[in-house]
Amino acid sequence: MLEIKNLHADVEGKAILRGINLTIQPGEVHAIMGPNGSGKSTLAHVISGRDGYDVTEGEVLYHGKNILEMEPEERAGEGVFLAFQYPVEIPGVTNTTFMKEALNSIRKYRGEDELDAMQFMKVIREKTKQLGVSNDMLKRAVNVGFSGGEKKRNDILQMAILEPSLAILDETDSGLDIDALKTVADGVNLLRSPENATLVITHYQRLLDYIVPDFVHVLAKGRIVKSGDKTLAQELEKKGYAEFTDQAA
Amino acid sequence: MKQDNVMTTPFVSQYDNLKQALPGYSQPWMTTLRDRAMESFTQAGLPTQRRESWKYTNLRGLQQLELTERALEPQPISIDRAPSLLPEGTAHRVVFVNGGFRPDLSDLAGLPEGVIVGSVADLAEREPQRVEALLAAHSDVEDQPLVALNTAFMRDGLLLELEAGRKLDRVLEVIHVNSAENGVFAHNARNLISLGAGSEATILEHHTGLNGTAYYINAANDMTLAEDATLRHYRIQAEGTNAVHTSTMNGHLSGNSFYDGYTLSIGAALSRNETNMKLTAAGARCHLNGGYLMRDKQHCDTTTVVDHLSPQTSCREVFKGVLDDRSRGVFQGRIVVHPEAQQTDGHQLNKVLLLTDTAEINAKPELEIYADDVKCSHGCSAGEVDHDALFYLRSRGLSETSAKALLIQAFLAESVSEIGKEELQDLFLEKISDWLAI
Ligand SMILES: Nc1ncnc2c1ncn2[C@@H]1O[C@H](COP(=O)(O)OP(=O)(O)OP(=O)(O)O)[C@@H](O)[C@H]1O
Ligand SMILES: [Mg+2]
Repeated sequence: MLEIKNLHADVEGKAILRGINLTIQPGEVHAIMGPNGSGKSTLAHVISGRDGYDVTEGEVLYHGKNILEMEPEERAGEGVFLAFQYPVEIPGVTNTTFMKEALNSIRKYRGEDELDAMQFMKVIREKTKQLGVSNDMLKRAVNVGFSGGEKKRNDILQMAILEPSLAILDETDSGLDIDALKTVADGVNLLRSPENATLVITHYQRLLDYIVPDFVHVLAKGRIVKSGDKTLAQELEKKGYAEFTDQAA
Repeated sequence: MKQDNVMTTPFVSQYDNLKQALPGYSQPWMTTLRDRAMESFTQAGLPTQRRESWKYTNLRGLQQLELTERALEPQPISIDRAPSLLPEGTAHRVVFVNGGFRPDLSDLAGLPEGVIVGSVADLAEREPQRVEALLAAHSDVEDQPLVALNTAFMRDGLLLELEAGRKLDRVLEVIHVNSAENGVFAHNARNLISLGAGSEATILEHHTGLNGTAYYINAANDMTLAEDATLRHYRIQAEGTNAVHTSTMNGHLSGNSFYDGYTLSIGAALSRNETNMKLTAAGARCHLNGGYLMRDKQHCDTTTVVDHLSPQTSCREVFKGVLDDRSRGVFQGRIVVHPEAQQTDGHQLNKVLLLTDTAEINAKPELEIYADDVKCSHGCSAGEVDHDALFYLRSRGLSETSAKALLIQAFLAESVSEIGKEELQDLFLEKISDWLAI
């Protein structure tokens, strides 16, 4: 469902992604690991449509459509969701307002009826219950004054509400306590289905104990330098990346 | 009169022709007051940019209105409904059409005892002493050419007087509807507000103009709050897009009185909103807040001067501006803490979102502090819509337009939330979302 072919991207004239090839089939979970600065977030941003990146070569197809030509909101409509490494604070906009607009925009994109306030609250109740998160944060401004872990949980709640077909988690596990880690895992596992896929960017084996990947890739200096099954993650945890950084140089 | 000030001439030349027809002519004190005002206006002329306080705003735009000799005469238009913003029966209502009081459109039934609401023109004839007293209360204000111009030509406006201890429970909605469909006009609305000790009132004042028509409104407000009085004064300036609107609000605040003001400016080609507050005794507080939303080539000037004349007085200002296209905003905020005004609190904030490279803001905070035990702060900032926030919202499916609108709305909501009468906040938020939806 996601095909990344020979993707090259620059930031401010500097080549960050240097020929990424990655294919994700429906139902699969892929993990990307790699040293700091190797381009993991850049890849996630290019897929989800953040500006500031120059794609100089290659393509990204989602369900056969070239999504690089789409606006970020269209990609969201197509089912792409990014849980941010650093979720953004938005003063003055409550989570409820934000999520209602988001869900209705996506429903509209898919040709579904928009939900009224009552129907929307029903969705919210259901999702917060499933994830075991409290309703309190819904009334608060988006991520404002949230702890690091709360912000990540909020992103997962958004994911659960929007029900994407491709969820990309950019270090959503960093800085989380065990309970929050479980919330994240529950969120992802809730979405798992033969049609949906997940791309988990992480530094730690920890999360992969809960979200078991079908494939693990090592990204170094803008390229995928090794792919394997879940045992690769365990290996990396022991040996680190030294081998790959030298190899990719 | 200054040579280059061509716009002063039409006003000066009309005065002698018109003065006999102005309200209150039968009262010698009134004519003396007008004559003196005219003299002072003739001396000073319309403010030009050479005046420090008018550095960023040029009234030359008035020339484009091509005010004719008839412009200062009443220009009634037929209108059979006032564009009220509040549900029928929930507010007292006073309506002025092209500056003239319209009792037929107003609703003053059930006013509590000790509360006088009426037309200045009407009361100048029926109860001249009352008008005289209210006008005299602010005679100490000098060097305000626009107020002098207003005094010379004023015809009508709101008179609100509360006796000590009276409370106006319902909101007083003051509607000004303007349309130059029968010709270009200039009018000088004069609003006289006086709150007795411990009294309390809430005013929702809005100025609506028919789009496309050109006219000039030069309003002046004299506001006096006795001890412990509270005035909540919320305003919407939505004049027609070719209009020029200048308004000067002069307030005197006695001990423990409280003025809570909010002005939302969205209309007029050129507008200036000047507020001068004198905090004369301990415990006097004023909140001057507002939002200005401008597009195309609109110009909006917000000028505030707060004089702390006594110890233990405080002011708080939160202004938010959103400037699109080639529009221009001006914010001048002056806080003067006089030597005797110890233990003064003054806080001022002006934040602006520039939606284009061609929009412009001139901001000039000025703190003049002559006392030593004072807490004063000010902050000014101008920036673009937060890119990261925009992407965050869009990545969740919101279109660029709705994401921007949501962020702008949130930005402005921070000033709207300062409105003390919370049930009126939604009305302002609605006006803002209407503006954003265009
Ligand atoms: N806006 C930018 N301007 C300049 N350089 C950038 C910008 N964005 C990313 N980079 C650079 O691109 C490289 C890859 O960054 P990226 O954030 O993708 O790394 P990462 O693999 O996610 O790292 P981490 O594990 O620390 O999150 C880094 O060297 C970073 O400094
Ligand atoms: Mg990263």
